[in-house]
Amino acid sequence: MSTATTNRTGGMKIDLTVLGPILALVALIVIGILLNPNFLSYGNITNVLARSAFIGIIAVGMTFVITAGGLDLSVGSMAAFIAGLAILVMNTVLPSMGGGYGVIAVGVLVALAAGLVAGAVNGLLVTKAGIEAFIVTLGTMGIYRSLVTWLADGGTLSLDFAMRELYRPVYYGGIFGISWPIIVFAIVAILGEIVMRHTAFGRHCAAIGSNETVARYSTVAVKRVKTMTYVLLGLLVGVAVVMYVPRLGSASASTGLLWELEAIAAVIIGGTMLKGGFGRVWGTVVGVLILSLIGNILNLTDMVSPYLNGAIQGIIIILAVVLQRKGGAE
Amino acid sequence: MTPALALDSVSKSFGPIEVLHGVDFDLRPGEVHALIGENGAGKSTMMKILAGYLSATDGAVRVDGEPVRFASSDDAEARGIVMIHQEFNLAEHLTVEENIFLGREMTGRFFLDHKKMQAKTAELMQSLECRVAPTRRVSSISVPDKQMVEIAKALSRNLRVLIMDEPTAVLTGSEAKVLFKQVRRLREEGAAILFTSHKLDEIMEIADRVTVLRDGEVVAHGPVADFTEDSMAAAMVGREVSDLFPPKRKGGGEVVLEASNVTSGRAVEGASVTLRKGEILGIGGLVGAGRTELVEALVGLRNRSGEVRLKGETLPAGDVAEARKRGFVYLTEDRKGAGLLLEKTLRENLTLGVLHRFAKPLIDRKAEDAALTKAIEDYDIRAPQRDMKVGNLSGGNQQKLLLAKVMLADPDVVVIDEPTRGIDIGTKQQIYELIHRLAGDGLSIIVISSEMPELIGLADRVYVMHGGKITGELEGDEVTEQNVIRLATGLSVAREDAA
Repeated sequence: MSTATTNRTGGMKIDLTVLGPILALVALIVIGILLNPNFLSYGNITNVLARSAFIGIIAVGMTFVITAGGLDLSVGSMAAFIAGLAILVMNTVLPSMGGGYGVIAVGVLVALAAGLVAGAVNGLLVTKAGIEAFIVTLGTMGIYRSLVTWLADGGTLSLDFAMRELYRPVYYGGIFGISWPIIVFAIVAILGEIVMRHTAFGRHCAAIGSNETVARYSTVAVKRVKTMTYVLLGLLVGVAVVMYVPRLGSASASTGLLWELEAIAAVIIGGTMLKGGFGRVWGTVVGVLILSLIGNILNLTDMVSPYLNGAIQGIIIILAVVLQRKGGAE
Repeated sequence: MTPALALDSVSKSFGPIEVLHGVDFDLRPGEVHALIGENGAGKSTMMKILAGYLSATDGAVRVDGEPVRFASSDDAEARGIVMIHQEFNLAEHLTVEENIFLGREMTGRFFLDHKKMQAKTAELMQSLECRVAPTRRVSSISVPDKQMVEIAKALSRNLRVLIMDEPTAVLTGSEAKVLFKQVRRLREEGAAILFTSHKLDEIMEIADRVTVLRDGEVVAHGPVADFTEDSMAAAMVGREVSDLFPPKRKGGGEVVLEASNVTSGRAVEGASVTLRKGEILGIGGLVGAGRTELVEALVGLRNRSGEVRLKGETLPAGDVAEARKRGFVYLTEDRKGAGLLLEKTLRENLTLGVLHRFAKPLIDRKAEDAALTKAIEDYDIRAPQRDMKVGNLSGGNQQKLLLAKVMLADPDVVVIDEPTRGIDIGTKQQIYELIHRLAGDGLSIIVISSEMPELIGLADRVYVMHGGKITGELEGDEVTEQNVIRLATGLSVAREDAA
């Protein structure tokens, strides 16, 4: 009898921390519907989801880094740098290759490879050199931001006009009425959820974030797993850039500004612990949607100035953590 | 005499589970009172109620006969009641002096009076015969020294009641003696002292009165003179404790582990070790002699020079995963810090070291659950719920889970570091029998232990370390307390012919 009671109260608690982000998302959707009939329109939903895709893809990677007890502040600058680099390379090879999908393939490969390398640099500095993740990525954040500014000579790097037309459908096109960024985001999220919950890598991330010493004594390859989380995140930044470049066809010093903070915020709102040890990818996806819906709703209504977007997002982040702590502590 | 601190039929429940059932207890000024019981008997809960960390669900706490309700431990401290926890409560990055005066800093007119605090700290540490400088950071001092800092911190307060949860668990014999000297001094000054310990000989030596707790109830209490070590143990367990150790056995087939001239930093110097199949090999020595460091170097958790051969093949240095693959594993002495993920469930802890066996590439949850069921059965792990966090298990059950986790790697050679630290007698006996059974099955086992009876009772053969070196090897009748202590303190063994 008494055991049954414990079980039930235990279940309630877990339900609250699990349901919290979902309830918030549902509440936002209801508010959106009430405030503007256009909210649920195909165009608006597609727009919100497609714009969330960049941060979303990156945030999935960020979930692994944070779960393993790390942090990456460099992803926004990294995205800008990779976008600039990819555009520059495409423009450079264009004359010799004479346009066509080959050039785009080169750009995609450059973006993915650059992401991989940039992630590996962060990861190795953290694990091999033993520098704190906050400091390493604070450093690389500055480096990448400065590099893209230098590559663009303080202005904007623009993709060749003909190429832009060719590349455009990767952002604006799709199948069955679903645009490519949304499809890629969904695939990344589903794979991420599976890897986090059902593979040794995901379990090892949580173990390392929970207690690195225990992981080491349990013969987990701690350094390799930690490095891999940064490499994975870098690769996903590359994927995000591949989807982003066709949207505007350019990159500048202000590309990807504050993406790192939005990604981290989405991860935290989703219920992953900032100090590591526990992470859930689906929560991150919900967190991304919550953040972009706030902006969208403010844009659709006149009640609150869209300039207050950041303030409301900030309140949501703090609220999410407070609610989770209450759920966990009692 | 009015007791300084008393409990009046105090009960305590956590949720629906009652862990203390109507406990009566009194602590008099000028006495040393020992509180003993198996793990999970409710000792820590009772101490925390006395010191204001927890409040009683039912019944009353009395200070000098007056019923009180502590709002917090600060409340209790204001009345001179100080508790030293089993897990240290020190700010690792602050210095010894800063820790001792944390929250009660001495000030001059405007600024902190460092001179005065340092002098006072030095004086306190000296009285504890601890040579740690007041300006050292706590993170850089040894575990016994941290214990001394905790004690100094308590002594620096105006204390009337000192409550200590297993203060000697991390201390060597001589360090415990220094502590007892201070305890006696406090007693003479009229303080009331309550402490827990699993070391019954210690209790005979220092305590005036004993209270025995079993399953949340007081089952025996009285002057220590009314007890013997056996009767205390019997009261704790609720049955007579037969011989703690299984009969001695003769181990030794072919050599499975051979280390020559192993050196690791300044902790281990030129140590050579041989281990035979089916043997239980003990490593003795004082805390800080380099025992843990030696085996960590062997298994690859620490850098080393020198050669280690496992089953005839050279084992690479610093590769603990490779050692595990080849059947050589280490069970840490630091259960909570290095052994188990306290925030995770039993299942996640059990399989952490060998997840690759369950992941193909997705983790087979059913196989994991089956492994847990088997481990619970084989190692008699008593968990109220299968999906509970490991941190909520008792120490003994944590240790059994840790053993199950290490054994899941199917090792041929296993090092068990302090197999029974902080564990009650009933579980101790189970673990000793388990170790014997494993050795009987052909496993080669190295046991590191600071408890002399354990080392002598378990091991077929013993290496003793002192200052990072192996100072001697004892076998058969040579394995005596006196010989081990002589070698551990850097003396040579008193042989028959020398006498």
